[in-house]
Amino acid sequence: MIKLVGLLVVALGFGLRLNTLVVVLAAGLATGLAGGMSPHQVIELFGRYFVENRYMTLPVVLMVPLIGLLERHGLQERAVTLIRRARAATAGRIILLYALARQISVALGLNIGSSGGAHAGFVRPLVAPMAEAAARASAPDPDAPLPEKTSELIRANAAAAENTGNFFGEDIFIAVGAILLMKGFFETKKIEVSMMAMALWGIPTAIAASLVLWWRMRALDRRVARELRMPAKDKDAP
Amino acid sequence: MTLLPLEAFYAIIGAIFLFLAGRVAFDPTHPRRWGSAAFWALLGLVYLGGGVVPASVVGYALVVMILLAATRQVGKGAERSSSTAERAASAERLGNRIFRPALLVPACGIAGSLLFPHVHWGALKLTGAKEAPLVALGIGAIMATIVAARLTRTGPAIALREGGRLLEAIGWALILPQLLAALGGIFGQAGVDVEVASLIGRWVPVDVPFVAAAAYCLGMALFTMCMGNAFAAFAAITGGVGLPFVVQLHHGNPAILASVGMLSGYCGTLMTPMAANFNLVPAMLLGLTDRNAVIKAQVPIGLAILTANVFITYATVFRF
Repeated sequence: MIKLVGLLVVALGFGLRLNTLVVVLAAGLATGLAGGMSPHQVIELFGRYFVENRYMTLPVVLMVPLIGLLERHGLQERAVTLIRRARAATAGRIILLYALARQISVALGLNIGSSGGAHAGFVRPLVAPMAEAAARASAPDPDAPLPEKTSELIRANAAAAENTGNFFGEDIFIAVGAILLMKGFFETKKIEVSMMAMALWGIPTAIAASLVLWWRMRALDRRVARELRMPAKDKDAP
Repeated sequence: MTLLPLEAFYAIIGAIFLFLAGRVAFDPTHPRRWGSAAFWALLGLVYLGGGVVPASVVGYALVVMILLAATRQVGKGAERSSSTAERAASAERLGNRIFRPALLVPACGIAGSLLFPHVHWGALKLTGAKEAPLVALGIGAIMATIVAARLTRTGPAIALREGGRLLEAIGWALILPQLLAALGGIFGQAGVDVEVASLIGRWVPVDVPFVAAAAYCLGMALFTMCMGNAFAAFAAITGGVGLPFVVQLHHGNPAILASVGMLSGYCGTLMTPMAANFNLVPAMLLGLTDRNAVIKAQVPIGLAILTANVFITYATVFRF
């Protein structure tokens, strides 16, 4: 039981809104000490795992010079111009369309950004500004900026839809890390499991995820409309 | 032997961090000049020297970086990008051509992850099969930056400066994903996973098939929320709950169990600050004032899909 002290530290730290880095360090030290390690050994483990996991920031760091440069030259502005021409566009519909395209392409093995890279490459420069522009075009005064609250709500939902599309498309593709990991796990337990079967049984959940996204994005459109104090354009979703 | 090891890209990333550190150090108007410069310089050195420096040295460098961040010594400089009018004029001039570099990255990423694993000269491989997607993405990003610099008639220095601006917007949250991965590793070494699995087995009435299926799906989600990573939860919960109670006790189908179980873990990923690279870093990248805004948008999604998973498991795992 004492080994679970790290989970308690994490829960308390996040609950009290302490600096997340400090919480993680404290939780690691507490767990390590409870497990019989010395503080020096825990610090060494932090160093080892940190170096082993350097790949996690690779997509974001290599993408930001490109995205920053393109944003400086009007990438977001151009995306917004394109959306203003599309009259049926709403924030929810644009995000949904992106997330479904993302889910299908990942399921086919076409991953446009592993380890959160698509947030830097697509969500920030394209999807979020397009969704915000669509919401602005539908406001009573299309030239007024969106209220900060509405704008943040749309951006948060764009990131949420990216994660959902990515996660629940991924496991349908057979050569993905998760399927290989499951296969490896069963091999150590001497259980024969077909990789194809595992990939195909990901489809029911993938369909459920698409439906949930459709529901959430409709809810987003309703909330945006309410916040902009105007009735929703029409009730039928794509 | 590989021609393009990930280490080469880590060196480039290290150089990007050091460039940022230098720029901050030479900026007298920066509100957190020395703390920020030290933070990015240490991070750059960790990326450059990670392969050779002892792990304990990296560990203590991390402690210094954590203390700098906790004492609010890491901040961002004044934004000095182009003005709104300049961006509008540039967007007008470039038109849809501005999308080309942005689309080059995924195109190269996809092509590279399919082709690179097959390229080799004798024993000299271009890249390992596992690293191919990351290497392809990295090459795509670098190529696209060159294309974009030509298109916009700027140089690599401007690209690095703009990239630094975005990195400063993310700030110390950038190192959070790796620290959380390290915490997950320490949990594993200390045996936290085994402990949790045995607790579920002891306290939940798993002799009812529905309860066994639900306990497995919920256990995957909950444990992923604690570890921040569904892969880490998979072995513990499938070994501790799924195999003994769903497969062996109730003769469930292991392929369905594993597939839906992993996806239940992903529901947990949507709902936890521990999965920082998916949940917290994007919030910073999008400039959200509420760091947890992405998680808040994802909680209804995660709960709805998790509920669907419990019923999908129950309806199929004992039948096929």
